[in-house]
Amino acid sequence: MYENLVYLDNAAATRLDERVLEAMRPYFFDVYAVATSQFGYSIGLDAREALDNARIRIAAALGANPDEFIFTSDDTESSNLAIKGVALALGEKKGRHIVTTPIEDFPVLHTARALERQGFRATYVRVDETGRVDLDHLRESITPETILVSVQTANQEIGTLQDIRAIAEICREKGVLFHTDATHAFTRVPLDVREIPVDLVTVSAHTIHGPRGIGGLYIRKGTPIKKILDGGFQEFDLRPGVENIPGAVGFARAVELVTPEETARLQRMRDRLLERLLNEVPHTRLNGHPVHRLPHNANVSFRFVEGESLLLHLDMRGFAVSTGSACFSRSLEASHVILGIGGDHERAHGSVRFTFGRYNKEEDVDRVVEAVADIVRELRRISPLGKE
Amino acid sequence: MPLPYSEIVMEHFRNPRNVGRMDDPDAKAVEGSPACGDMVAVYLKVDPETQVITDIKFESYGCASNIATGSIITELAKGKTLEEAKKITWEEASRALGGLPPLKTHCAVLAVDGLHAAIENYEERHGLVKERQPTTVEFVRKRLKHVMNPVVGLDIVRTKLVKEIEVQDGVVRVVLDLPPDHQFAPVMKEDIEEKLGHRWDVRQVIVEFAG
Repeated sequence: MYENLVYLDNAAATRLDERVLEAMRPYFFDVYAVATSQFGYSIGLDAREALDNARIRIAAALGANPDEFIFTSDDTESSNLAIKGVALALGEKKGRHIVTTPIEDFPVLHTARALERQGFRATYVRVDETGRVDLDHLRESITPETILVSVQTANQEIGTLQDIRAIAEICREKGVLFHTDATHAFTRVPLDVREIPVDLVTVSAHTIHGPRGIGGLYIRKGTPIKKILDGGFQEFDLRPGVENIPGAVGFARAVELVTPEETARLQRMRDRLLERLLNEVPHTRLNGHPVHRLPHNANVSFRFVEGESLLLHLDMRGFAVSTGSACFSRSLEASHVILGIGGDHERAHGSVRFTFGRYNKEEDVDRVVEAVADIVRELRRISPLGKE
Repeated sequence: MPLPYSEIVMEHFRNPRNVGRMDDPDAKAVEGSPACGDMVAVYLKVDPETQVITDIKFESYGCASNIATGSIITELAKGKTLEEAKKITWEEASRALGGLPPLKTHCAVLAVDGLHAAIENYEERHGLVKERQPTTVEFVRKRLKHVMNPVVGLDIVRTKLVKEIEVQDGVVRVVLDLPPDHQFAPVMKEDIEEKLGHRWDVRQVIVEFAG
């Protein structure tokens, strides 16, 4: 149905890789049991082995030990567990203050706000116009009551990469736990917990051609954290619930299928798109950092044009993109990321995000550039703005 | 699942009628602002004898429903007299488009406001205004019904954001039930100032946030 679609919203969701589905298939139809204890029946032991094996492989990709990685339903749950779990463990003992940024994705941002409603204090550290955290402000924001710093590895909309190493070192020096939401960076950008002293890392399979409904959380050994869901003893007694074994197996396979060569290919397509858009379409600007950004993310604002109109025209021509325009969002609120980096509403309304994935083809880049240029020209023709 | 827009909306979005800038119009008006994300400009040519709208054009900065409502009001108004065109409502525009999603009704309001403001502009320019209406609390309230609460897509009067209106010696003071650091506070302030600042008997517009 959509075989001719040029899908450029890979930050939102990705097409499943058939090889991932093949790896998952036996755990739906053949080894379908729950993971039993070591004294269980054979099919349950095989399920247990598959789960452990998936855990070992994903942990390895982070440089972690297998017992430091737990499976969750996705990045939303992982970040909720990381932040609320630490708050439950340390809120009474150490303090009720957390530090984060105003441009986090909703799983972190709204979890911080939920804690604020429960009497915690949150500080949102300043970010510069490219979205990078002001490290001095971060350092100043940490108080003796601070229990956790949560700063994303890469931004979901504008793709800006944070200096995670510097942030982790500040936290280590101040004796504060550090969580990072790496949903959009995992496997595309190097992240090794042996080299970077981060305590908690959120990851998810849906951004890397893995299945929906499976994510994970790295938890450094010894990190004080309590479970936020009550139930059984699964996932080292931190995340109760029947294990999603097909999901875990698919996630592990998806992690292994991402290669540096592929990421370089996505970056080449992204670079060509940006170069052409910024040079050929007048009144455009790049949102985010020109260098420190995700290799597969481009985010551009087109002045005098509103994003929902641009998106609909692109959709009619067979291209799928995303926009930070208020008209497009469910809440009718403009992108908090563009506003958070000091952009105005107009810049948010005219912002378009293009995110590349495995199934994009080189020849599609020129087609999307030409479609965008054409539509922007047409929308500017009917716009009352930008004519004087 | 299909888009929440009717076939007629999509048709007008793809092929807007009477679109573009008019050289030497008899009247024009701009409603909305880039900050709100929606803006519409309306240009009129009017027969001075019959007061029939002989030509009308619009420009739009906004989403699909903004473009479609701009387009439909030009079709509804063309060939009508000014008095007839004044009676066009946003409900009528919305009906003519086969309905709009509730979140987008403000687009129809904006387009119809643009048309009415252009007609007012014509009357002012051509000495057709019988007597100048003073700016009263009631007038201000009526005007504020055209300021959108972007969170829900309805006006700020209907969504009970207006806490207080005061008019004294040419100073209009509006108090909104919204925190001063709300995402939309600056946008609404700007919109309110725009709606009232140009009035003949208004010296100053003060917008306060007490949420």
